[in-house]
Amino acid sequence: MKADKYRFTVPDAMRLGLISGAGAVLVSLVGMVKVFNERGIIAGVVSLGQIMILLILLIAGYIAARRATGGSRWAGLLQGGLAGLAAGACLAALVLLGSVINLRAMFVSASPELYKILTFDQGVVTGAGILLVVSAAVGVAGALLRQLPSRPRRTVIVASVWMLTLGLLQELLRLTLGGDAIRVFRWMFGTGGQKGLSIVGAVLVFAVVAVVHYQWTARNVNPRAWTRSLPPDRQRAVRWGSLALVALILFSLPNILGVYLSEVANAIGLFVLLGLGLNIVVGFAGLLDLGYVAFFAIGAYVMGVATTTAVGTGSGLIVYSPGFNFWQALPLAVLASVLAGVILGIPVLKMRGDYLAIVTLGFGEIIRILAISDFLKPYIGGSQGIVGVGVGQIGSFAFDEPQSLYYLVLAGCLLAAFVSTRLKDSRIGRAWMAMREDEDVAQAIGIDLVKTKLLAFATGAAFSGLSGAIFASKLGSIYPHSFSLLISINALSLIIVGGMGSIPGVIIGALALAGLPELLREFAEFRLLVYGAALMAMMLLRPEGLWPEETRRRELHDAAEGGESEPASEAAVGTN
Amino acid sequence: MRRALERISLIDVFMWIVGGSIIGIVLVGSVATIRSGQYSIRHWSDFLIFGVAQGSVYALIALGYTLVYGILRMINFAHGEVFMSGAYTAFFVADALSKSGFLGQNPLLGLLAVFAVSMATSVTVAVILERVAYRPLRRAPRLVPLITAIGASFFLQYTFRGFYGSGFKSYPEVPVLQGSWVWGGIVSIQRIQVLVIVAAGLLMLALYTYVQRTRAGKAMRAVSEDKDVAALMGINVDAVIVQTFIIGAALAGAAGVLYALMFRQVHFFMGFFPGIKAFTAAVLGGIGNIPGAMLGGLFLGIFESVGPILFLDGLGVPAPYQLKDAIAFTMLVLILIFRPTGILGERLARAKA
Repeated sequence: MKADKYRFTVPDAMRLGLISGAGAVLVSLVGMVKVFNERGIIAGVVSLGQIMILLILLIAGYIAARRATGGSRWAGLLQGGLAGLAAGACLAALVLLGSVINLRAMFVSASPELYKILTFDQGVVTGAGILLVVSAAVGVAGALLRQLPSRPRRTVIVASVWMLTLGLLQELLRLTLGGDAIRVFRWMFGTGGQKGLSIVGAVLVFAVVAVVHYQWTARNVNPRAWTRSLPPDRQRAVRWGSLALVALILFSLPNILGVYLSEVANAIGLFVLLGLGLNIVVGFAGLLDLGYVAFFAIGAYVMGVATTTAVGTGSGLIVYSPGFNFWQALPLAVLASVLAGVILGIPVLKMRGDYLAIVTLGFGEIIRILAISDFLKPYIGGSQGIVGVGVGQIGSFAFDEPQSLYYLVLAGCLLAAFVSTRLKDSRIGRAWMAMREDEDVAQAIGIDLVKTKLLAFATGAAFSGLSGAIFASKLGSIYPHSFSLLISINALSLIIVGGMGSIPGVIIGALALAGLPELLREFAEFRLLVYGAALMAMMLLRPEGLWPEETRRRELHDAAEGGESEPASEAAVGTN
Repeated sequence: MRRALERISLIDVFMWIVGGSIIGIVLVGSVATIRSGQYSIRHWSDFLIFGVAQGSVYALIALGYTLVYGILRMINFAHGEVFMSGAYTAFFVADALSKSGFLGQNPLLGLLAVFAVSMATSVTVAVILERVAYRPLRRAPRLVPLITAIGASFFLQYTFRGFYGSGFKSYPEVPVLQGSWVWGGIVSIQRIQVLVIVAAGLLMLALYTYVQRTRAGKAMRAVSEDKDVAALMGINVDAVIVQTFIIGAALAGAAGVLYALMFRQVHFFMGFFPGIKAFTAAVLGGIGNIPGAMLGGLFLGIFESVGPILFLDGLGVPAPYQLKDAIAFTMLVLILIFRPTGILGERLARAKA
């Protein structure tokens, strides 16, 4: 069944092309192509929407060429071209169909604008022809890319990714650089209202990155190996030096980033905090908790009720608040979340896997429904929520704007990261991981499941409550609609993408999943679509995540290898 | 060992206190509501019939969960979206037929067309889902397919949102289904409710006969007993699994149209809560158990429509109907704690919870 003995034939290439074509049609009909077309990558030449389609075709060509190993070089190119052509044919069919009947009655995105993008604004028939030629060419390009030796191939890919990223983030770069710096780099960006890099800029970025990367890989530098080759005291110096550098960067970040990006950083930070907490429950202890938002909500509500100044009977506000300040309310919020974590943890002690997921989801929903209902309205505000939530203050330094709040969020994240790291290799951390691997065996070797599970729920809930409390103070008001299931799904997605159980993975995941939609506003509309796709893709292709934890990676790969031999071992047990 | 026992029993005591107090609240609330005399027999029979109609829809969806669980031992989290996809797509057919007047002149044929489109869409979505997302993970650790299913659920929701837009769409009225029948001033039943209950009943009967009496049904039962042995007996396990998904999806597609006809509204998020409710129903009846899913669905529907008023109104809770979802979820939690095998019990004696 291995690919090298397997001859990839013309029908296979067509099939691959049709599958990718279906993907391209899906992306078009969902509306991504049209929305992303607003964002130019190279001004006036190519937009993100077009890049998406081209990338799908390119990948089709690449895979076709990869599967066509064993044949001649030309055969591979042909297969790639065919796959690209077949995929293009699907898109062309969509355009032709759309010109005959009004697809828009059903699919809101099947607009003339979409057809214009797909046909390069050349009319239906000519455009469809051009589309087919371009598709085949891109397919061949994909195949060519595959046939390059691995080092130049990597260089081409890395340089393209750089070009793409700079094009995507150009608005941001202009904003951050600002003033004089931007004048120096003016040639790099599109002029006037055009978004994206200029042609010169794009070519130059590609060339510079390509040269640097090619030279770099030629020297084969591995920073970790280099550090290890140093004498111990130098190693320590390097380690402390880099740590100090990171600390310095983290500390001065709000001043570098400015108000808007600090706000983004805070949003990411709150998700890091949530992710680190959920990482303990799901990643370390293997308990899939979908009601994680409940603790976030409880933290936020305790902070809100305890500190709000907007109290009044008869005015539609909540009737009572002890009127604490932020620092008095913060431990209370965390404590309440921990308590809730234990109380909600007790009923699910005996449940595993899917049942646990659904029941915790139910808990999360119960909390949200209670928060919205008129039943508890006098105490927590019902659907009108709570306003006038307190703000943290140390002396005269108030955490009331993004750039100062950043330090509060940072402190929370550092604390959570520190606690997670220390817990991970501690006795309790090892007990969690043993429980994740096999609950029955863990119990048999003397792990107290009740205590261990409740500790996992409580620790996770504490981080979530902390995040919720800061969130409430950040917004200054709380509405029950902020605490939907989507928060849980968000947190789950980021730890899955980053790598379950891996602490740097959580941070990478939060940057990618919470940061990107903030930076690319168009993306926000497709946020959950992409999260869903990411969850599926990660599980299918790379279940250990982008930055995997070592044990987890080994476990998943062993499981995949062990899967084949399982029936045999069962049979062996059966005969004994 | 003794200490461990003591600690576990402490937790059991806690659970019993929680369960006991919930039952206490329910009893006190019910007595108070009935004593207050605010609601007449007519009200209760309305609630009951509405509950049965809604429960029939839950039961149809729950069958999809139960069938798949029976065979793959996995919760198809995206089943609610399979339900949504059918109802949402069929909206366009129903709308076109209604605008052209066909649905008014020829309601039977028109409705059949709507059902056919809905079921076909649901089946397509489910088959693609199985092929792309579930089949490659059949031997993966348990959490992996579950997370995939959650991802698939959101992916499908937002894909259909992208396709058809994010607004609510109102299903057309079918003239034949307007109005209601009244018996003796006590029982009043809407025609649409009759259609829902009868259609759901027929579909469930058909499914039961199929699984119990046909060769293909026998193969399905064999695969759910033991996949490897079934394969040795010459059963094409993959084909049977696909077939299971097809049957579950077809039922969900039919349920989608019934639901849409009853509530006259479709939306991309419409599948999520009915999906979870139906899962609750499946667990309630005993997951993996076909009659259990039917019974669980009916029970949950009635509970949800009668419960909020009966249990909470007497206690003076304002707007108890807002809490109906909370009641359904509380029930799910209670069942899983006190009787995880459900009313009729899991067909395979393998406790999962």
